[in-house]
Amino acid sequence: MRYLPLTPDDRQSMLSKIGAQSIDDLFVDVPEEARLDGPIEGLPMHAGEMAVEAHMKALARKNHAAGDMPFFLGAGAYRHHVPASVDHIIQRGEFLTAYTPYQPEIAQGTLQTLFEFQTQVARLFGVDVANASMYDGSTACWEAIVMARRITKRGKAILSSGLHPHYVSVAKTMARFTKDDLSYQAPTLDAATDGQSMLDQIDDQTSCVVVQYPDILGRIGDLSAIAEKAHKHKALLIAVVTEPVALGAIKSPGEMDADIVVGEGQSLGVGLQFGGPYVGLFGCKQKYVRQMPGRLCGETVDAEGKRGFVLTLSTREQHIRREKATSNICTNSGLCALAFSAHMTLLGEKGLRELAMLNHKKAVQAADRLSQIDGVKLLNDSFFNEFTLVLDADSRPLVRKLADQRILAGVSLGRLYPEVTPLAHGLLVAVTETSTEEELEQFATALEGALS
Amino acid sequence: MSMLSEGRPTRQEDNLQMTDTGSITTHTGNRALMVDEPLIFEIGSPDRSGVDLPEAPPVESRLGGLEREAPMAIPGLSEGETIRHYTRLSRQNYAIDVGLFPLGSCTMKHNPRLNEKMARLKGFADIHPLQPVDSVQGALGVINELAVWLIKLTGMYGVAMTPKAGAHGELCGILCIRAGLEARGDAREVILVPESAHGTNPATAAFAGYKVEDIPANAAGRVDLEALKARLGPDVAGVMITNPNTCGLFEPDMKAISDAVHEAGGYVYCDGANFNAIVGKVRPGDLGIDAMHINLHKTFSTPHGGGGPGSGPVVLSEALAPYGPLPFTERHADGHITLVEEETVEDRHPHTFGRMSAFHGQMGMFTRALAYILSHGADGLKQVAEDAVLNANYILRSLEDVLEAPFAHSGPCMHEALFSDKGFTNELTTLDLAKGMIDEGYHPMTMYFPLVVHGAMLVEPTETESKAAIDQFIGAFRSVAERAKAGDERLKSAPHFAPRRRLDETQAARKPILVWTEDEDFAQAAE
Repeated sequence: MRYLPLTPDDRQSMLSKIGAQSIDDLFVDVPEEARLDGPIEGLPMHAGEMAVEAHMKALARKNHAAGDMPFFLGAGAYRHHVPASVDHIIQRGEFLTAYTPYQPEIAQGTLQTLFEFQTQVARLFGVDVANASMYDGSTACWEAIVMARRITKRGKAILSSGLHPHYVSVAKTMARFTKDDLSYQAPTLDAATDGQSMLDQIDDQTSCVVVQYPDILGRIGDLSAIAEKAHKHKALLIAVVTEPVALGAIKSPGEMDADIVVGEGQSLGVGLQFGGPYVGLFGCKQKYVRQMPGRLCGETVDAEGKRGFVLTLSTREQHIRREKATSNICTNSGLCALAFSAHMTLLGEKGLRELAMLNHKKAVQAADRLSQIDGVKLLNDSFFNEFTLVLDADSRPLVRKLADQRILAGVSLGRLYPEVTPLAHGLLVAVTETSTEEELEQFATALEGALS
Repeated sequence: MSMLSEGRPTRQEDNLQMTDTGSITTHTGNRALMVDEPLIFEIGSPDRSGVDLPEAPPVESRLGGLEREAPMAIPGLSEGETIRHYTRLSRQNYAIDVGLFPLGSCTMKHNPRLNEKMARLKGFADIHPLQPVDSVQGALGVINELAVWLIKLTGMYGVAMTPKAGAHGELCGILCIRAGLEARGDAREVILVPESAHGTNPATAAFAGYKVEDIPANAAGRVDLEALKARLGPDVAGVMITNPNTCGLFEPDMKAISDAVHEAGGYVYCDGANFNAIVGKVRPGDLGIDAMHINLHKTFSTPHGGGGPGSGPVVLSEALAPYGPLPFTERHADGHITLVEEETVEDRHPHTFGRMSAFHGQMGMFTRALAYILSHGADGLKQVAEDAVLNANYILRSLEDVLEAPFAHSGPCMHEALFSDKGFTNELTTLDLAKGMIDEGYHPMTMYFPLVVHGAMLVEPTETESKAAIDQFIGAFRSVAERAKAGDERLKSAPHFAPRRRLDETQAARKPILVWTEDEDFAQAAE
C-alpha cells in the first residue's frame, strides 16, 4: 500500500524487538469478543490512485460547478476570484502539513502569518485586536454572544432580524442548553433595516445586540445609534460581517463603535467548497481581549533578543483552564486564515477598495437590469454586492427551474425561512467580480421567461 | 578533504572554527538559507497591489451614505513579493512533509496529495452550499458515501457530519445526550470526565451547560471502574471517555463502563481522537458507546494546516441518532439524495437539537477523507491501525531502558508511547528535552500531557514512518534523554540551531502585542 512503508520483514523484526509473536499480541487489551478478525464486511478493499480518482471525478461531474454557468448565489458564501498564488502558498507542505504552532522556535512561519492575519482582520473591522480564527462565521457569532454574557454578566441577547438565519439557528441551538435568552424575529420585506426596532428593545437586562452588516437582505444600516444606545445601557454591540469584501467600500463596524466584530472570511482566499471549511473572523476592543475565545498569536523576543511570535494568553483556553475556559475551541481554521491573509496581502488596501467597488457597481447594474422585468421589484435602497428581489411568484420552484436550465439564479428566501410564508417571494441575488454582463443577460432573459 | 572545481578546499578549516559558527556575523543577520522575513506591514504599502482588476462600470453607488473614507492601512505586495514572503516564512516551519512529527494524540501522518487534487476538482471546490439539491448530487453523494463508511467502521447507527472539528464534535455529542435526556424529562446536571482527558472534554461539557466532575484513574492508567460505578446516579448525564485513552492505552473495561452508565440512566460519549489506533480492529458500537467524534484530520489524513481546518463527524447510537443536528443527507432507493434541513425537518427528523453551524460541514475535508478511505479500503485501514500500534510499541520497547515508561509494565501500548521525566538531573525538564529534539531535527513529542504523568512525553509515530526513520528517531531521542539524565547544561538553552532561540512566553502574555502597530510603544501602552 502506497502510504505504508513497513515491509513484512520490518514488521517481523519489530515484533521480535517488542517480544511479541504476532500483531494481535499488541491488541490484548481489546476484549476478544470485540476484536474483528478480518476486514469489515461490505466495504471495498484498497484501490490505486487511478481508481480513486475516477470514482471521485464521477461524483464531481454530477455537480453544477458555479464557474460553468451564470451564477448569482450569496447568502453568507460568495464566489470571488482567488489569485493563483494563494492556492500555491497554502499548498506549501510547510504550511499545509504543519501542526498548531506549539513549538514556536520551529513554527515561526505559521505564527508570523497568524500575527499578520490578526492585524489585517483588526484593521478591516476597525477594531483593536483579532484572534487567529474560528471555525466559521456562524460559530464565531455564538462565541461572541457568550463572550458578551461573560463581560456583562447578563443573559439577554437581542438578535437583529437581518442576521443570517443559519447564524440565528446556531445561537438558538446553543441557547436552549445554556439558558441564554435570545430575542429574535424573522425579517420582513421592507427597504429599511430593523435598526429602530433594535433601539426600542435595548434595556438594562440586555447583554448584547447582534446586527449583521450588510444584513441578510443586503441592506446597509448605520450602526452608530445602536452602539450608542447599547453602551448607555452597558450592553455590547456585536457586528456580524458575512461578506468581508464589503468593508472595502463601506465604513467598518469599529468606526461605528461596535465592541465585538465577527465574520465569515470565506470570500477572501477560501472559495465556495459547498460550505466548508471556511474561516471565522473575530475581533474586539482591546479592553475585552482577555475574554476572547480561540487562539491568539502575540509578539515577543527570543533568548537572543530577536523578535518572534508565540501563541499567547492561553490561560483563557481549554488545554489550560479545562472547564473554566472561555470556549472549548481547539483546532480552528489555520490554513483558511493563511489563504485569507495571502489574498489580502495580494490585494492591499488599494486592491480591496477596487475589488469592493467593482462588486458594488456590477451589483447596481444587475439590480437595475433585473428590476426592469415585469413581476420583479428591487427591495433595497442600499446594498453592497447582494440585494433582494421581490417576485410575483414563489422563488423556490423558480430557482430550481432555472437550475435545470443551467442558471444558478440566487438563494430563495423560502429555503432560508421555510416557516415565514411572505418571504417565499424573496430572491437574494449576489453579484461579484466574477459575473459577466453576458451571464447577467442570460439570467435576466431566463427570469423573464420563467415569470411570464 | 574535498575540493571545489577551482581546487580550493570546501572547508577552510585553518581559518574557521567550525564548532563556533556563532561568532560569525553577517551583514544581513541571515545565515544562508536561514533568512529572516519582515512583516508585510514593514515591506508592503497600501497603494501597492498584486491583483489587476477591470474598471468598475460607471454607475452611481448605493451604499446608503456609509462609504468607507478613513484609511485602512492594509498593505499590499506585488505577486512576486507575496510568493517570496510566504515561501520564506514557510521555511521557518517544521511539518510532516519535512520530517517525523511524533506529536502524541495529534496523529501527524502523511497527507496524501491525491486528496488535495480531489478536493480541488471544480465539481467540489466551486459549488455553493445553497445550490438546489439537484445540482449538487455528487457533493451530497460524497457526504453520504463517507457517512456510510464511518457508520460501518464504527458499528454505529447514524452519523452527524456537520461538526467543524473535534471539539465541535464533542459539543455535538454532548448536545445529543442533553436533548435525549430532556426528551424523557430528565434534567441531569453532571458529566464525568477522567483527569487524563484532553482539555476540550471538560470545556465542552461546561460550554453545553454541564457541571464537570473527575473520574479517578487506577494505577494501570485506566478508568477506575469501581470508583466510576460508585459515582453514577440520577444526577449524572453521562461520561466522556477517550478510548484508546490519552496514556495511549485501550480501556479494557469499556463495555462494562458503558453498561454501568446505561444502567444508571446516562449516556456514554467516547472521544475518538485516537480512533486511528483501532480502525478496522474494533468497532466502538460493540462497546456500548452512544456518541463518538472522529477527527478526519487525524485518523483519515486530512492536513492539519498549522491549526486547522479540522472536521469532526460524530457517530451516534440508535438511542441518540434522532437528536442529531441539521442538516444531513438521505439516499433514496433510486439513488437520489435529499438534504434534510429546515425546510424538510418536520416530517423527517422532528427531534433534532437543531443546527450547529451554517451550511453542511467541512466538505473540503470530506472529499479528502473519502479519497484516503477509498485508497486504503477496509483491508488497508486495518493495516493502518496495526502499523501505527506496531511502531509505537517498537518505540516504547526501544526506549524504556533509558526513559521511565509509567505504564509499560502493564502490557503493550496502542498508537502512542508515554514516558516521564523521572531521572532527569540538574533541574532539566521535559521542555528541555523537547527543545533538544528540535536541534536534532525533529518536532518534539507532546509535552506535559496527559496531566496524570509527571513531565509527560507522549510519542506517536503513526503508521506512515519507515523502520529506518523510526530507528533514527529512537537514536536521537535516546541521545537527548541520556543528556537530560546526565544533566547536560546545554539542553537548558536549546534549541541552538532553529530559526529562533527559546521565546519569552511570559513577556508575550504579560504585555500582549496581538497586532502590529507603527509605534510598538503605543501597543504596550494600550494594554
